[in-house]
Amino acid sequence: MNELAAQHPLLVVSLPKIVILLFVLLTALAYLTWFERKVVAHIQSRWGPYRVGPHGLLQPLADGVKFLFKEDVTPAAADKFAYFLAPFLALSLAITSIAVIPFGPKQLTIFGQTTPLGIANLNIGLLILFAITSLGVYGVALAGWSSNSKYPLLGGLRSSAQMVSYELALTMSVVGVVLMAGTFNLSELVTSQDGFYWGIVPRWNLIATPMPQILGLILFFVAAVAETNRAPFDLAEAESELVAGFHTEYSSFKFAMFFMAEYSSMITVSCLATILFFGGWLSPFPQTRLFGWTHFIPAAAFAAAGLALVAHGVRYLTLFGRVVLPVLGIALCGLAILCGQPGVIDFVQGPFWFLLKIMVFLFIYVWVRGTLPRFRYDQLMNFGWKVLLPFSILNVVATSLAIVLAQK
Amino acid sequence: MLTPQIAIFLILAAVAVAGAVSLILQRHPIHSALSLIVVMVALAGLYLLQGAEFIAAVQIIVYAGAIMVLFVFVIMLLNAGEEERTNLSRMARFVGVPLSVVFLAEVAFSIGRATSRLSAAAVTTVSTRELSSLLFRDYVFPFELTSFLILIALLGALVLARREGTD
Repeated sequence: MNELAAQHPLLVVSLPKIVILLFVLLTALAYLTWFERKVVAHIQSRWGPYRVGPHGLLQPLADGVKFLFKEDVTPAAADKFAYFLAPFLALSLAITSIAVIPFGPKQLTIFGQTTPLGIANLNIGLLILFAITSLGVYGVALAGWSSNSKYPLLGGLRSSAQMVSYELALTMSVVGVVLMAGTFNLSELVTSQDGFYWGIVPRWNLIATPMPQILGLILFFVAAVAETNRAPFDLAEAESELVAGFHTEYSSFKFAMFFMAEYSSMITVSCLATILFFGGWLSPFPQTRLFGWTHFIPAAAFAAAGLALVAHGVRYLTLFGRVVLPVLGIALCGLAILCGQPGVIDFVQGPFWFLLKIMVFLFIYVWVRGTLPRFRYDQLMNFGWKVLLPFSILNVVATSLAIVLAQK
Repeated sequence: MLTPQIAIFLILAAVAVAGAVSLILQRHPIHSALSLIVVMVALAGLYLLQGAEFIAAVQIIVYAGAIMVLFVFVIMLLNAGEEERTNLSRMARFVGVPLSVVFLAEVAFSIGRATSRLSAAAVTTVSTRELSSLLFRDYVFPFELTSFLILIALLGALVLARREGTD
């Protein structure tokens, strides 16, 4: 097996990594819809999904089955080729971009081959990510055009204009970070943020000298929300004006593909925000003896969540829930025990903090959607060109100046 | 002797040529634009194969991600229909085919003559750092001059597009 791995590293090492990541990502996408519906429901004083499985936990599964069994309608006047290509393009590009994200500092060793945690570690990872996202606009534009229908065309036009405008601000907003780190490699961008001020405050780009990138983070996140066509920038699918915008004529699994693409880009943007501004997989605590106990935070967090789930689950409304929730809780406790083992404990640090930070960003995404009203189209364009872009250029100039002054 | 590099080169080159041919043959402007995007992405792959990572990424970001989006946007906005055959385009079939064959032969001949005298260049990865220090230190004047030219073109387009009478 080791010889085979040495001869065909792509086949033996990369392929399983890709399959596992794809499986995890698709599951995460499904449960992100559940998470969003739950959070938005609670913001609006509702319960959200509750009937399918305990706390609606099987709702994503039910949705998936429903998408698969709905009739797949193609409009008679549609441009068939582009109509089929658009959802495929949207989803495949959105999923591909996750391939350059590094999930942790540790090198995995599979059959004697060392390989990074994440699929590809590229010198120009950030640029490749932007290249892939910049192609994402074709999915939306083609869907709008090929449906050969009024509302989709308007939605497609709107969102292509929006995505092109906000892409500028998005790209410019990260230049500050790149200038400070001096690299496009996402792993190196994270390791450049290693270290602590006064032994306690993490040296993340958000607050790092010579130029804290707070402005950069705000610009990046606003532009990224617009780039992923999410509320309050979801003018591409403003349901009060355009029915459902660019995907009005799509049904069944083709619609689901657009849906999955949107959630996948949300995850990518959260990963990117974490890597660029919040130190990626780095722990917020210094690795000194005083803070040695922080190594047990992952295990403790899983154990606490598992025990809470068991305590809550045994008193759940339905018999099904009284079985499923405690079992899930016990599984989490098992994970906690595994995370406490020597050897494993060091390995889980990176991915644990990384996932925690991503989840904070995903929550903010949903929070913003649940609380802010949609922009008007002229407001959107004015904001993008007259506020975001000038400020992002200002950020670049200020950061460059600060770096030059700090070197003297 | 089919190394992976040559195999990838052949695949990308075939995709690029197929995209270019399809660009000419497609009747609908959107399909032509899509074919052009395929050509550009394949070219980016070829750059990557030569070790020019930065150029490859920029090729996709600028050409496929920005310029072609504008093409597609304008085609969508004008709702351009399929192109029609006119007398002139029928004539093009009789004159164009021999002319393009002659042109291709000419290009193939000159490339063949030029490469026979060249030795195979070693593929070296040009880092973004080297490239940027070349652009912003050694060739900063031509670089800025080019951006100035683009700015002038931009302003010109703006002036032309502005309607008479409005401020």
